[in-house]
Amino acid sequence: MGFGAFFLLASLEGLVSAAVLALTAAGLSLVFGVMRVVNVAHGEFFMLGAVLASFVTSFLPGPPALGFLAALVIAPCLVATIAALSDRLILKRLNYDPDATIVATIGLLYIFQQAALSFYGPEARPVPAPFSIRVQLPWFGYSGYKLAVIAAAVVVLAGLWLFLTRTRAGLVMRATQIDRETATAFGIDTGRVYAGVFALGAGLAALAAVLIVPIQQAHYLMGHDPLLLSFITVIIGGLGSLRGTLVAALVIGLSDGIISVFFSPTLAKIIATLLVALVLVFRPQGLFGGAKT
Amino acid sequence: MRDFALPAALIAVLWAATMVLPAYHEGNLARIMLLATYAMGYNIAFGYTGLLSLGHALFFGAGMYAAGLAAEYGGVPAGPGLALGLLGGGAMALAVGLLALRTTGVSFLIVTMMFAQAGYLTILYYTPVTRGEEGIVLASALRRIGPLDLSADDTRYLVALAIFAAGLVVQAALVRSRFGRVMVAMRENEERSRMLGYSPYRVKLIALVISGLYAGLAGAAYGLLFGYVGAGFAAIQNSIAPLLWVLLGGAGTVLGPFLGTAAMFYLTDLASTITTATLMVTGVALLILVLFAPKGVLGTIRDRWAPWLP
Repeated sequence: MGFGAFFLLASLEGLVSAAVLALTAAGLSLVFGVMRVVNVAHGEFFMLGAVLASFVTSFLPGPPALGFLAALVIAPCLVATIAALSDRLILKRLNYDPDATIVATIGLLYIFQQAALSFYGPEARPVPAPFSIRVQLPWFGYSGYKLAVIAAAVVVLAGLWLFLTRTRAGLVMRATQIDRETATAFGIDTGRVYAGVFALGAGLAALAAVLIVPIQQAHYLMGHDPLLLSFITVIIGGLGSLRGTLVAALVIGLSDGIISVFFSPTLAKIIATLLVALVLVFRPQGLFGGAKT
Repeated sequence: MRDFALPAALIAVLWAATMVLPAYHEGNLARIMLLATYAMGYNIAFGYTGLLSLGHALFFGAGMYAAGLAAEYGGVPAGPGLALGLLGGGAMALAVGLLALRTTGVSFLIVTMMFAQAGYLTILYYTPVTRGEEGIVLASALRRIGPLDLSADDTRYLVALAIFAAGLVVQAALVRSRFGRVMVAMRENEERSRMLGYSPYRVKLIALVISGLYAGLAGAAYGLLFGYVGAGFAAIQNSIAPLLWVLLGGAGTVLGPFLGTAAMFYLTDLASTITTATLMVTGVALLILVLFAPKGVLGTIRDRWAPWLP
């Protein structure tokens, strides 16, 4: 296999991670943008999505495709419900104070991890892919499912974009983001908007996890890497800017895939984390974000 | 004088405890005192100066690995090892602070977390040297300060107590000093302090370095006294731990870090005999604290009943 084909393979792998990362990070970005909450438990919503998908597919009889489709609907909805409850019961009572919400979401992180460990167990389990077609390229065969993941992420993100820019609910969310008090004065129930945004953000992470779980197994500690990568993505893209987040996810996913293929993944991660820290120090508005706070 | 009476009483009680405590609790308390030293360092940054950091494991790890690697590869004994750890933690805090303190609030939290993560990954990357997650077991021949054998239970306890006592007295003196009051002013209202002519960047940097010295010393002592140095101590969980201890005991109180560390240590110990769900205990403790007692045990007592509490 020549270098070109090898590079193409690395890019395809990178696109898959970019697709999943874009969904996860979009959720985090939305929550931070609208609610100004740094959700440290975001990675655990991702993990819960994967673990629930594993439950659903193992309990539902019938062909794997059916079980997977059910998981694709049930897991994100359940996770979104859990998130909405967390918002109502905990974050709201803290008045969304930045420091307090960080501590609270760290607490949630431990609780979700323990719940997964107790009910699901410490072992990693695979979820069968809904279909196993291999797409034959001139140089190598490639998993059709991975291509489907990329396509699905594009569709969901396009849907999210339309939802935010074209629907009334999206308008209300953006209004709350820009000025919460004025939004309240115009009769918007911002409490409900916050719960909705938190649920939507968690649901996106869970959806990303269900999509990736046939490729990568479900495990109770799997939320750590997506959390860090999403943080990195959201920061590089500019805190709270959805467009920047998507561009950054593409760049980071692709480079992560390519660097990991050619160099050590640990070295890639060290360089990435340091770069991000420096970006945040010297360009707090992010590489793509405008100069707004 | 009253500000020193309570710390002095605590030190006396801990000293007297050597004579009555069974070996199991003696070992536990030695650990608690070192971790409480780490927590006091965190308290100086977070409790008094208002710097919410999630990167203190980097300072703790820097101290631990400075002492541990020097002992393992250079045969450096424990005495200079402790000094190396102290300096290692302080130097790391200075390097991180110079960059990270250009940001505030949430960005500061994320930047410190990123630096700590990079440090943790670096330890893993050099696994042939650091032995990564598996860690290094230090030879007991190196764990000596002069005639003192740090692997013996009683000596270990007394050395831990000495380090803890020094940390406690320095902390009590620091927060009473002029500089200590400026630190609190930064926490309460940075803009106003700037207007009064103080440089927030400088004050916060000094506070963070002091905090790093505590963390580095605690890390080095923990490695040398218990003879084990591992990458787990540099992981994010070890940055969250001092935050939890300080919140539980009371942020911005002199004895809060010790109380929080001891309570959490025995709570986890107790919980692990009843259930395996120890993560749940940590999580629920954090939630209960932040919801119902954001000022911690001593902070609440100070607000309600004892305004004189240091």
